[in-house]
Amino acid sequence: MKFTIDRAALLRPLGHVQSVVERRNTIPILANVLLKAGNGRLSLTATDMDMDIVESVDCNVNGDGTLTVPAHTLYDIIRKLPDGSEVSLEATGEAGRVSVTAGRSSFTLPALPADEFPAMSGEDLPHRFSMAAADTKSMIDRTRFAISNEETRYYLNGIYLHATEANDVAVMRAVATDGHRLARVEMPLPDGAAGMPAVIIPRKAINEIHKLIENTEGEVSIALSDSKLCFAFGDTVLTTKLIDGTFPDYERVIPSGNDKTLMVNCKIFANAVDRVATISTEKSRSVKLQMNEGILVLSASSPESGTAREELEVSYSAEPIEIGFNSRYLLDIANQIEGEGIIFSLADAASPTIVRDQDDDSSLYVLMPMRV
Amino acid sequence: MTAAAAERSPTLLCRDCLGWFPKRSLESCLSCGSPRLIQHDELSGLTIAHIDCDAFYASVEKRDDPSLAEKPVIVGGGQRGVVSAACYIARIDGVHSAMPMFKALEACPNAVVIRPDMRKYTAVGHEVRTLMREATPLVQPISIDEAFLDLTGTERLHKAPPAETLARLVARIQEEIGITASIGLSYNKFLAKVASDIDKPRGFSVIGRAEAMTFLAPRPTTVIWGVGKSLHRKLLNDGLRTVADLQAIDEVELVRRYGTMGTRLARFSKGVDDRQVELTSKAKSVSNETTFKTDLTSAEQLIPALWRLCESVSASLKHKHISGQVVTLKLKTADFRSLTRRTNLAAPTQLADTLFRTALALLERELDGRRYRLLGVAVSELGEERDADPLDLADPDAGRRKKAEQAIDQVREKLGRSAIKKGRGFGTVIRPQSSRRPHHPRR
Repeated sequence: MKFTIDRAALLRPLGHVQSVVERRNTIPILANVLLKAGNGRLSLTATDMDMDIVESVDCNVNGDGTLTVPAHTLYDIIRKLPDGSEVSLEATGEAGRVSVTAGRSSFTLPALPADEFPAMSGEDLPHRFSMAAADTKSMIDRTRFAISNEETRYYLNGIYLHATEANDVAVMRAVATDGHRLARVEMPLPDGAAGMPAVIIPRKAINEIHKLIENTEGEVSIALSDSKLCFAFGDTVLTTKLIDGTFPDYERVIPSGNDKTLMVNCKIFANAVDRVATISTEKSRSVKLQMNEGILVLSASSPESGTAREELEVSYSAEPIEIGFNSRYLLDIANQIEGEGIIFSLADAASPTIVRDQDDDSSLYVLMPMRV
Repeated sequence: MTAAAAERSPTLLCRDCLGWFPKRSLESCLSCGSPRLIQHDELSGLTIAHIDCDAFYASVEKRDDPSLAEKPVIVGGGQRGVVSAACYIARIDGVHSAMPMFKALEACPNAVVIRPDMRKYTAVGHEVRTLMREATPLVQPISIDEAFLDLTGTERLHKAPPAETLARLVARIQEEIGITASIGLSYNKFLAKVASDIDKPRGFSVIGRAEAMTFLAPRPTTVIWGVGKSLHRKLLNDGLRTVADLQAIDEVELVRRYGTMGTRLARFSKGVDDRQVELTSKAKSVSNETTFKTDLTSAEQLIPALWRLCESVSASLKHKHISGQVVTLKLKTADFRSLTRRTNLAAPTQLADTLFRTALALLERELDGRRYRLLGVAVSELGEERDADPLDLADPDAGRRKKAEQAIDQVREKLGRSAIKKGRGFGTVIRPQSSRRPHHPRR
């Protein structure tokens, strides 16, 4: 097997697939990328057994074949080569050796036989639909910050994607929660998604998908079953196992009777929270919000670092209330709000608060208060 | 105290009549004839004490059943358990606490074995503590039957030097509560604790500034608080057998070799300990564990035991009005290998149900056919009760379970612990989702 390819053309797909490869592997071949050359194309595959990415690119094939080489090593080599280099990769006569050459640089890498490379079982994925890359990215942006890291509740370690109805309109919903905050984003249900099973997409796959569609436009196509999801975009196909668990019945924790409404300019609010939180203790990061007719007072205090206070003019006319929140959670949400204003719907200092974008009904956030 | 003042201050105290005498070598007290005299040049100037009840559990049992007085008594759990306490008669045969029960019974076959009654011991421990607090408000309990006391500044109150107040205190403990205790008196906590151990039972030992270095010198390094099995081995490997060996090495060198522990080795070996007697020595964790009669291996056997432990740990948390955020599972295999597994909770908890769900997930990963002799559950990162079990957006049923558990607690408070029990405690295994993770070993 032999092929030559422009450095930049190889670096991009290699960059995508190598990030799937775990840094530490007990099975040697999982550290490798599978390279398949033929018909003027090179296809690259990497897997961690829970997900794989296959990406293909044009190249000059001087001999068909497949082999595997250490993914991170190859990536590092290609990355460090000067821009504009022509890279050629060839299976040497010696078994288990691959040579990589570019200009005056040459490397020999250990190769493992391609037939040992684990393939994800290609089962049938009956539900197929497509979405705009921009919508996909926005859905991920507005939910992934709330994904839980808790190992015990593994079913929270991803985004819950499902089809449902909101106000008699069929929608696709993405939900994530870590128990302290919850993010819910919806969009009109794409054609072909009706009847899809509700699935939990693991965080790692979410992050890889996000990387793939960053700075791009166009459509992505999605195919899924109740145990697997396949995401295709351009020359890249990402297939991931889904989290086998039951996502909590999140609708029950979204309060409906919160009668106190606070409206505040998003930028001004976020900047003030950030300033006041300088004083919050590292551990709790709490800030206190005191609302009174037209005024919001943000404050923080800690025995070690002192006190902070900032007053904002807001729209608030319900009875005065005092409530504490984790400042980082407030900022995470504020960062995702594109409209000018944030609307808080509050009940009392111990009950969940709803946060929305003034100009956009498609996302909703629920935030648990903290004791301050 | 100036040298001249020291010269004048009395240095000899009779523990029975509490009479003071100037320095003189006496066989027995001049006023009451008792041989229980304490003589030390610094006797009236030392203020930090460690009081340790003698064979506490066993002493309480003997107090409550006079027929046991002359018999060897061992307090501890069944065939597989360990000795919690052994009276001094049993100790003659070599029985000591933490010894496996079967070995203790081999050594002392005619011992009377009594199951521990922790509730009773706790009550007696509190009585002892109350008397201690009459001697000084600065009492730092270390366990149920021992405490540090700082008697600095109590001379005026009691119109007596600390040594006399302490002698009076142990006499009261013996008279009013019916058990004996030993005293260590010195100028810091480390030496007070070392001293209380010298002359048990009914001891009263004093370590003064003048002889601290020479007193410690010949002792093994394990006398230093913090030198456990592994550090001891390390020190021996480095040729350091006694405290004298440590005294000979510069602090900088000890820190270089042993890290932060080096500082302690340097200072303690020279009798320096700056730790204050603190009012509350706050617990860092709440735990319970059980050793099984026979080694267990299956979920069906271990899960009911786990539930009971979680209930007991939860009950302690509730009783102390605290909560905890880190759950640790402890297991000991049949071949005595210990392993611990821990999880950080999203929020502090007090609930048996939450502890159980968390610990169960940890336990299930270890159920691979290994046989276990011990199971334990601990909760750490303790915090306030009011932070416990907040609403959880990811668990809509948590509130309902919390209410159910509180209802059970209320029934138990009225009708007793056994009034109401969960099926889990009997071996009916219904596993929550959180513990049913499909196992994907890392490849």
